[in-house]
Amino acid sequence: MTHSIRLTVNGKRFEQVVEPRMTLADFLRETLDLTGTHLGCEHGVCGACTVLVDGRSVRGCLMYAVQADGSSVVTVEGLAERCPLNGPAVLRGETGLSVLQESFREHHALQCGFCTAGLLTTAHALLEETPDPTPDEVRHAISGNLCRCTGYVPIVEAILDAARRLREGPTA
Amino acid sequence: MNATASVPGQHGATAGGPQVGRALPRTEDVRFLTGRATFVDDLKRPGQLHAVVVRSPHAHARILGIDATRALALPGVVAVYTWGDIASIAQPIPIRLAPLEGFERYLQYPLAKDRVRHVGEPVALVVADDRYVAEDALDLVDVEYDTEPPVTDVHQAEADGTLVHPDAGSNIAARYTVSRGDPDGGFSRAPYRRRETFRCHRQAALPMETRGLLAEFDAMQRVLRIWGAAKVTFFNRRWLAKVFSMEESAVELLELDVGGSFGVRGELYPEDFLVPFAALSLGRPVKWIEDRREHLLATNHSREIECTLEIACEADGRFIGLRGRVLGDLGAYVRTNGGVVPAKAAQFMPGPYRMPDCEFEVLALMTNKTPVGTYRGPGRYEANFFRERLIDLAAADLGMDPAQIRRINLIGPDEMPFPSGQLCPYEPAIEFDTGDYPMAFERALAETGYGEMLKAGNVAADGRLLGVGLACFVESSGAGPSETGRIKARPDGGIDLFTACSASGQGHETVMAQIVADVLERPVEAFTLHHGSTTLVEFGYGTYHSRAVVVGGSALHRAGEKLLAQGRAWCAQHHGIEPSMIDYRAGRFLRRADPPAAGGEPAPLHPGTFAEIAALADAGDTSAAAAIEAVAVFEVKKRTYTYGTHVAQVAVDPETAEVELLRFLAIEDIGRAVNPLLVHGQAIGAAVQGIGATFLDELVYDDSGQLVTGTLADYLVATATGFPNIEVITLEAHPSKLNPLGVKGAGEGGIVATGAALGNAVAAALAGLGVKITDLPLSPERLARAMREARTRAGAN
Amino acid sequence: MKAAAFDYLAPRSLDEAVEALSQHGDDARLLAGGQSLAPVLALRLASPAVLIDLNRVEGLGILEIEADGSVLAGAMVRSRTLELSPELARVQPLIHAAMPWVAHVQIRNRGTLGGSLSHADPSAELPAVAVACDATLQLRGPSGQREVAAGSFFRGLFTTALASDEILIGVRFPRCPAGRRHGFAEIARRHGDYAMLGVALSVDVDAASRISAARVVLFGAADLPIRASAVEAALIGEPAVSGIAEQVAPLATDGLEPRSDHQASAEYRRELARVLVRRTLAKALAPGAPSGAAR
Repeated sequence: MTHSIRLTVNGKRFEQVVEPRMTLADFLRETLDLTGTHLGCEHGVCGACTVLVDGRSVRGCLMYAVQADGSSVVTVEGLAERCPLNGPAVLRGETGLSVLQESFREHHALQCGFCTAGLLTTAHALLEETPDPTPDEVRHAISGNLCRCTGYVPIVEAILDAARRLREGPTA
Repeated sequence: MNATASVPGQHGATAGGPQVGRALPRTEDVRFLTGRATFVDDLKRPGQLHAVVVRSPHAHARILGIDATRALALPGVVAVYTWGDIASIAQPIPIRLAPLEGFERYLQYPLAKDRVRHVGEPVALVVADDRYVAEDALDLVDVEYDTEPPVTDVHQAEADGTLVHPDAGSNIAARYTVSRGDPDGGFSRAPYRRRETFRCHRQAALPMETRGLLAEFDAMQRVLRIWGAAKVTFFNRRWLAKVFSMEESAVELLELDVGGSFGVRGELYPEDFLVPFAALSLGRPVKWIEDRREHLLATNHSREIECTLEIACEADGRFIGLRGRVLGDLGAYVRTNGGVVPAKAAQFMPGPYRMPDCEFEVLALMTNKTPVGTYRGPGRYEANFFRERLIDLAAADLGMDPAQIRRINLIGPDEMPFPSGQLCPYEPAIEFDTGDYPMAFERALAETGYGEMLKAGNVAADGRLLGVGLACFVESSGAGPSETGRIKARPDGGIDLFTACSASGQGHETVMAQIVADVLERPVEAFTLHHGSTTLVEFGYGTYHSRAVVVGGSALHRAGEKLLAQGRAWCAQHHGIEPSMIDYRAGRFLRRADPPAAGGEPAPLHPGTFAEIAALADAGDTSAAAAIEAVAVFEVKKRTYTYGTHVAQVAVDPETAEVELLRFLAIEDIGRAVNPLLVHGQAIGAAVQGIGATFLDELVYDDSGQLVTGTLADYLVATATGFPNIEVITLEAHPSKLNPLGVKGAGEGGIVATGAALGNAVAAALAGLGVKITDLPLSPERLARAMREARTRAGAN
Repeated sequence: MKAAAFDYLAPRSLDEAVEALSQHGDDARLLAGGQSLAPVLALRLASPAVLIDLNRVEGLGILEIEADGSVLAGAMVRSRTLELSPELARVQPLIHAAMPWVAHVQIRNRGTLGGSLSHADPSAELPAVAVACDATLQLRGPSGQREVAAGSFFRGLFTTALASDEILIGVRFPRCPAGRRHGFAEIARRHGDYAMLGVALSVDVDAASRISAARVVLFGAADLPIRASAVEAALIGEPAVSGIAEQVAPLATDGLEPRSDHQASAEYRRELARVLVRRTLAKALAPGAPSGAAR
């Protein structure tokens, strides 16, 4: 038994046929080739697969694609302000990174980069809801995202710094 | 961060000043931040199949039969492989490091033959069109087992009652004794001795990306390509080529982005044979992605050691020696580097102290648990815990402050290089190269306000018990034998760097560029590091033992110098000038004013940049072509040793056994930080990994040999809320003299003394209750039990 | 780690959902937030033939706050909605206090009240809160609707009063009276993990500052959330002061046969039960502690 679903991913509309057991994360990765969303445990603990569904951060491995019918999904690929080309300098121009992404880079808030997508989407949702979080609020917000490389300290700093920059606006 | 000095051998400043020492954000980052990195599961090949591994549900059983009929009948299933299918070519997983005598009896074949020895051991490989279908087929492979009693701890193993490998005749895979000084004499004359038994728990390194491979035979080029390689690609290629009877050049191991390693990823595992075997057999690309449950069962475990250790001291606290017995639980098989774990525990047991008379007996023991391999700071995390804990117990006996007993025993700068003897049977005697151990120690005390923390007393205002713990360490890095670096200039101004050191998140693309940028006086952006393939350099030993920058970086540094010399020689020839009259500045060769005293400005040469020379090479100039590429090998004669101190302050709730880490400082001298931002990241990340491991991580087996902590809901690692108060300080006080950069490894010092410092802090907090800490992890259940037992003892007295 | 194949039904109405469940019986599982079910399926610890998704059933997402402060929450109200509702925080402070302890934000964004209660994990927060609030659960089956008190809904490990053809559709939380004190605490290995032991309690204080009623609920302790009835009994009629906590807390383990696992032995859980009851009660009864529904 398959189902036809319609949904918006990173602003683009898709109509696809899915098997009910296909998780949203697998759908994004395998069907739409949006491989920026990673699978770190597939049982809802590590948070690497976190995506935004209708603005809320959810674990992509704990939701079936069929359930996303009619939803708007944002993945890490959709967070950048415009598509950055990681290619030759002449084509690259400015990085096109969002303030949050740029802050992660400046604070060295990623090493292997595997958990990064889930942290960015989670932090994105946090800052939409809580523009001026305390360090403790940041730590609680990302407590469902495992990172084995950074020790979290630079991630917390990156999110706080991004929040500050977003509050102060583009002139700061 | 200390200010950086100039780079030894540096050829002047780039426009933006020296790049080594700059805290540059990484060039790697953008692809990860935008979801455009390529991890192995992100790669798809046309027509690829999906493999899953049928694994043993039993800790110890004989296989009576395997019937794949039902699985093969499932639509979408392409093949099921069992021992019979691989028997004609299969070879056991080889030993890469620590080839201890006797180990050859305990090797693992890629699939179980007639006996399984741990839960999770591969029994069959299922290949199907689709991952979901492949998993459906797992349950349809019928394996008949006859279970046998398992061996689940080192004492049961040593008793040799039940044998993990009956043919081998014993569970003791290796047994040896190492010593230095005069242990018998030292201990017999010692006025003070104390012996304790310590235990370190089994842990998983747990990189966020599980292992994975995608193998494909390219029929046109007749090349077997394996994506998903990591760590030691050349070693693995050599073995695979041999097993598949192929030329090494016909096997390519390709690295892609790698989601963390910490030592466990990239070693040769059964799947490294099985996946390419299936791809070769079926003539189609085959992908295997380990799931997290498999990861916890199948990827190397580490750290499980029991150690009985005795210290001998003079009455004034000066150390005489250490002796003890190290029982390493190696799991069910000796894998590529399992022997390293107990061997390094013994080698690093004396630590950064004058400890003249030492003797350690090491037993590597087989049990029916997942095989063991190296994990970040292998043996050191364990040994530091054993030794530093025993030092605190001795200090208490002798009425000494834990700082004072360390202070009087740390090796002094005037004793460098310090011979540490031959405490590892498969390595020569070692010596600690450079350093001022007391300086780092005193700095740690000063930064944390050690005296003030002690003055705060043992009981906080809220009734919690306070404790401060110290731990000192010395840590090796930069293992040999060698590494190759290749550099080639392009006509577009770019410069390609090639290394065999694989990356798994450390930032090699940035730091290697920084290293060569200073040699060639070009901006970091001009460099592209190529590190993903066995096709790039002739050979390499890979990334482990914090060696990539030390050895691989030094090789590239040398190659850069060689390139510069070639360019100078080429310019001299081309322009008809004496080489001594050629300067090099900001990427261009210049003709010096002649005579220099005339004060004229040097004149730029055209052609005079590597890009210009490369353009001529492209146009067919063979001498130019020879000038724009350089290969250099950096050979390691001796290893380099970092050192430092960890300080922890904890508050323990005596009623709930919860521990709060109030303060944690790790200080380490790494000689020279190529990129302080990245070094800082390594240090903090390692510290939190070790702190989490000390309080949370624990691979628990039950008596039947089942892994109880088989998911991430049970195997607990540090989360963002756990340990916010972490500080690290990186010193660049004593550069190594063993490499041109002065660097020492930066990846492991943050983790190696965490268990020791935390163990000592919690022990200090609970000492008043009569609790003695000898075992890790410091879990609430364990601490609660210790406090309960102490109260019972106190009540009975 | 992929689930076995299943059929998927997404009824739009409650009647359709009940009908679907009746039709498929034990072959079917209800899918609410999926935050516990999806891992179970991924690990293939269960492989139901049919999933009946309640996410599109109309009317199950309601959160109605009555003028008197009682609350009717649909089974499909997300944990995050409970956490973020300022009105709910005002009228049902115990629910509000518990929510940050429920897993992590991504889980709370999907996880539902009804899903948590129906799953009946013995270490989960919401079942204990429901018992401490004396909530009433509304169950709908083919033969109609019935109501069950939270205190008798939980029957054992992952076991409830729900018949195999019944759906939990809503929860009614009675008014939180003026003078009620509440407390919530838990000890877990890490923040967001299931509790090794937790306490959710409410204590009613009369005009004479004496305790008139008490509900002290332990979770993580046994196979289901259980009331520390000896503590409750000892509190009745006593003055509502923190000092009473010391006196009654040792009774928390009366008749308690705690669970034991590798994280926490029964003995450790006993100790935690006594300590947490004492501390949580003392805090709830401390001078100046919030009382009743906030005005």
